[in-house]
Amino acid sequence: MAIKTEPFILNMGPQHPSTHGVFRMRVTLDGEVIVGLEPIIGYLHRGIEKLAEGRTYIQNMPFTDRLDYVTSMTNNLAYAMAVEKLAGIKVPERAEYFRVVIAEMMRISSHLMGVGFFLNDLGAMMTPVLYMWREREKVVDLFEMLCGQRLTYNYMRFGGVSQDVPEEFWPALKRFVAEMPKFIDEYEQLLSLNEILLARTKGVGILPSDMAVNIGASGPVLRASGVKWDLRRADPYSIYDRFDFDVPVGSVGDCYDRYMVKIEEMRQSVRILEQAIAQFPAKGELCANVPLLLRPPVGEVYGRIEAPKGELGFYLVSDNSIAPYRFHVRTPELINLTALREMTIGWKVADLIIIFGSIDICMGEIDR
Amino acid sequence: MTVALKGEDVAKKLGEVFPGAVVASDKVAIVVDSQSLYKVAEYLKNTAGFEFDYLANLAAVDYVDYFEVVYHLTSLKNNHSLVLKTRCYGREKLIVPSVYSLWRTADYQEREAFDLMGITFTGHPNLKRLFLWEGFEGHPLRRDYL
Repeated sequence: MAIKTEPFILNMGPQHPSTHGVFRMRVTLDGEVIVGLEPIIGYLHRGIEKLAEGRTYIQNMPFTDRLDYVTSMTNNLAYAMAVEKLAGIKVPERAEYFRVVIAEMMRISSHLMGVGFFLNDLGAMMTPVLYMWREREKVVDLFEMLCGQRLTYNYMRFGGVSQDVPEEFWPALKRFVAEMPKFIDEYEQLLSLNEILLARTKGVGILPSDMAVNIGASGPVLRASGVKWDLRRADPYSIYDRFDFDVPVGSVGDCYDRYMVKIEEMRQSVRILEQAIAQFPAKGELCANVPLLLRPPVGEVYGRIEAPKGELGFYLVSDNSIAPYRFHVRTPELINLTALREMTIGWKVADLIIIFGSIDICMGEIDR
Repeated sequence: MTVALKGEDVAKKLGEVFPGAVVASDKVAIVVDSQSLYKVAEYLKNTAGFEFDYLANLAAVDYVDYFEVVYHLTSLKNNHSLVLKTRCYGREKLIVPSVYSLWRTADYQEREAFDLMGITFTGHPNLKRLFLWEGFEGHPLRRDYL
């Protein structure tokens, strides 16, 4: 006699330690196997796009900090670059170097957090995070020297950066860059061939390359699927064409590849940092002369950069007033989540947490 | 470098295939009639020389007289980009065909435009509010929503 069964609906989140914020998934289960999944978002929606329409261009800079709050500097940079493109502002060379150094430090810091919390989700509770935090702390200390803040930096300005660094910044940065490769080796030694990590991530949550392109994935998620697309190479902005670095790609697009791409990208970021520090101009302007009440000419712009988590774009429409007419943010993390359902169906609940963790999200940016 | 295709050049080519579909074009963008949006998008995705396989961004803008939906297309294969736009007039019953079946990227972004701007994308399989809750009144990103 067959036993009558029916699928079980599990509400995961919004308050759940693995969702890194307030994210809810309505999961349909057959026993322990996932047969359906619907992400429900919006618990952190603050209406930043609407608020921005009522503030001047520079007043919107702190809002960008609060999008993905673990990559505040690159959010600042993307917004500043979009406005510069809209208003036709030229950035002094020294400021460009500052921006590259800062963006790569931010990438290392973000990937450290991404990898650390991914392992946390995997069940290695807190220990890997503490290892990663050790190095992230150094980046945060360096940023604190730059602007006095540790999370929401508000450092970039249209046409450059807000202030010069104190003397003690350079020795600390050089030490960080010199030490970092050894620390990455240490992580790899502890993690990359770890049997539990391999068993739980290899072949899990595969995102095929054609689907990755079709859903508009970007950043490490796209590259892990084997698509060699990095805006720093494909559409070089700022002064990225002056540096020599590789674009690491994965082969199958599983959770392990997404982990490995992040580790490799940290190594490449260290390479860029080394070159940028060696070429850094000793003297020069930090910021172009830009009026405080900026009125860009009538027009629109889509400025995009390769943020740590993917293509971060700002679509701005100007009507020649002091506030943007339309302020739209293309956030990589929201779009990377598009295929979550396809990636998780057929896997178990415990794998769902790993797959979700491997996409590396931050709710501040998804909900805006 | 990603080459930004000139709107005028693309408009000329599209005019031969879809007469009357392109209503305006300038240096950066082409504006197509909302009736023919899906056909044009499909053509841009599948025709050699264009091959826009990646929809980078989708945004809606309220210009009071009309609403504009903006598609930022990129071709990873040819490394070029194009801005495609469509317009719908009025304040009620704004209908634009969905490009979900061409680019899944449109999934969340069309839902976002539906939620915050009130544009209906026909053909979207799951057109629900994205950020705000069911039963919320109005569309906050419209210019007349205060």
